[in-house]
Amino acid sequence: MVSGVPGKPMLGGMVASESEVEKTPFRDLDVTGSDSSLRRFLHGLPGVDQVGAEQRAASLSTRSIKTSAKAYALDLAISMVDLTTLEGQDTDGKVRTLAAKAISPDPSDPTCPSTAAICVYGDLVATAKQALGDSGVHVAAVATAFPSGRASMDVKLADTRDAVEAGADEIDMVIDRGAFLSGRYLEVFEEIAQVREACKRRTGRDAHLKVILETGELQTYDNVRRASWLAMLAGGHFIKTSTGKVQPAATLPVTLVMLEAVRDFREATGTMIGVKPAGGIRTAKDAIKYLVTVNEVAGPDWLDPDWFRFGASTLLNDLLMQRIKLQTGRYSGPDYVTVD
Amino acid sequence: MATGTKFEYAPAPESRSIVDIKPSYGLFIDGEFVDGHGKAFKTVNPASEEVLAEISEADEHDVDLAVKAARRAHRSWSRMPGSERAKYLFRIARIIAERSRELAVLESIDNGKPIRESRDVDIPIVSAHFFYYAGWADKLRHAGYGEQSLGVAAQVIPWNFPLLMLAWKIAPALACGNTVVLKPAETTPLTALLFAEICQQADLPPGVVNIVTGAGGTGQALVGHPDVDKVAFTGSTEVGKAIARTVAGTDKRVTLELGGKAANIVFDDAPIDQAVEGIVDGIFFNQGHVCCAGSRLLVQESVADDVLERLKRRMSTLRMGDPLDKNTDIGAINSSEQLHRIRELSEVGDAEGAERWSAACDLPTKGYWFPPTLFTERTGPKTSSRAMVMSLRTFAKTVGRTK
Repeated sequence: MVSGVPGKPMLGGMVASESEVEKTPFRDLDVTGSDSSLRRFLHGLPGVDQVGAEQRAASLSTRSIKTSAKAYALDLAISMVDLTTLEGQDTDGKVRTLAAKAISPDPSDPTCPSTAAICVYGDLVATAKQALGDSGVHVAAVATAFPSGRASMDVKLADTRDAVEAGADEIDMVIDRGAFLSGRYLEVFEEIAQVREACKRRTGRDAHLKVILETGELQTYDNVRRASWLAMLAGGHFIKTSTGKVQPAATLPVTLVMLEAVRDFREATGTMIGVKPAGGIRTAKDAIKYLVTVNEVAGPDWLDPDWFRFGASTLLNDLLMQRIKLQTGRYSGPDYVTVD
Repeated sequence: MATGTKFEYAPAPESRSIVDIKPSYGLFIDGEFVDGHGKAFKTVNPASEEVLAEISEADEHDVDLAVKAARRAHRSWSRMPGSERAKYLFRIARIIAERSRELAVLESIDNGKPIRESRDVDIPIVSAHFFYYAGWADKLRHAGYGEQSLGVAAQVIPWNFPLLMLAWKIAPALACGNTVVLKPAETTPLTALLFAEICQQADLPPGVVNIVTGAGGTGQALVGHPDVDKVAFTGSTEVGKAIARTVAGTDKRVTLELGGKAANIVFDDAPIDQAVEGIVDGIFFNQGHVCCAGSRLLVQESVADDVLERLKRRMSTLRMGDPLDKNTDIGAINSSEQLHRIRELSEVGDAEGAERWSAACDLPTKGYWFPPTLFTERTGPKTSSRAMVMSLRTFAKTVGRTK
């Protein structure tokens, strides 16, 4: 990878065949063979100009989404929410309440879509699974010593297996940011690949893996792009911005850079990866800006809960209030939606 | 749940009702609207070819009246303390800010530029310019510029940023104690005439700002008028040369801001995605009607395919259509003459063997439209000292005369 541009012609030499492409993680690719080849590849990716990326995100936020487009966007956003509770004070009761809300966010309106998933700590997966039953709403569990990721590999893998065995449909792992920032890319790659391995079930219905980059700790957009490619090469199904425990969490420019990465990755390898901004998206207006960005940067293929999610807790209520406003012409106020 | 369907943005048009366009407009001379003696002409909405208003044409006699009014006003305006002139300019700046939505809508209707640009770029900068120069009016002496004004300024401006060009010309001239006679472009006179109303609203002394509408003949009469002290022109190189010839040998000072087309140069270590954004902004901002539009693109060969592919993909997401829709990225070409010129030059590109690519978009049946277009030719400098072997020439929508 001399020029390192993720266009088809460049990566073409790297990818052995179309069928091999389907087999993630990309262990066989020579770029992931050693720390130095991985570094050469990641540092060969085109840089990200901070001013340009932020300007583009700002211009996408000026789109005016009204009437029918707004109705579509609100319903789509609701169906993309990973309704999240990640607090030390979480209880079984709280998780059951959350599950009920995820299944029917607006109990007075059966046409309101369910959310995509609820996102909880590993020990609450069983409760969540039971409460959700066969509603189709997934259970996502955070794992690998969330949110800091500071634990030994064995503990992280045990954490993951525990959640998978309890029935989690999706695992949200954190990468070792310390290793990434000190340039030990292969270590991060191995970590992700092993967690992906731990997501496997004998039944074949493996848990999907979301890789949290914690972009608020990565310092630069260049690093965000490199971490995105690293996570995709290692076999993550989704790349996710943040734990929500670090500020800044998701921002529009960071999400834009990640959307460019998944778009380029699909062009280079044929494999489609999802994106999940998490933390700090609180209003319907913000959510719509993200959807516009998905639409115009990655393309409409990503406008689907299978490929784009919002990690959020308070966002859902604002989406519901805006939805009611659009239907009735009046604001109902926060007293008409559940607090949790 | 409608997943998988396309995210269609519903129309989000800015309301026209905020603007009151009169059926006909006169010339603004000595603080009053008066009829011109030339042959009246019509200004149209380039997005629909709808006739917006009938505009008076100033003949030599009208221009003479305007210059005389400006000369009379100059006596008191130039002797007024800078701090007093500043008050008028601050007042104009505030009124422009207050009426910004009205001005933005009118600019988009008359010029064809997207409301997003007139609302977020043109009008805020116009207001900012008046605020800026208002602040200078009482500081000229302290900054070492002295307080001697030039006199009467004859100003001729183009159609690509009608009100913004007016602000660039009028605000500094007034701050320094000069009075002006300004001729807006033939195809975009409406915001200048609304600005004349704003001058009345601000109680600006009569004759300090005079606006004469018309085509080339009016401009010629204005810059050639013997009692003008300064000529300022922004526009095409040909007309600029003609003006330079007219004022040569006279005492008139002259400022010419003419056309030029700039190149984008992309090397292989560039942040490619943002480079593409830069290229798109460079050439498609304001339909390419920009004096320094980046109509040429030089790309290092090692990234040429990649840049080209990304550029085409990005160009395909540009939204072309109703300039008043808030989601429109590219509006209408300003006039049928410009559209004709773009078509003509594109045909030259075809004839020269360049490969033409246009983004797929539905062009409205009425109005002046041209799709975002890219010409590629790989016959540039073959083995020059630099590694750039490919020259993509982006023509789209612009080449030719702009400001």
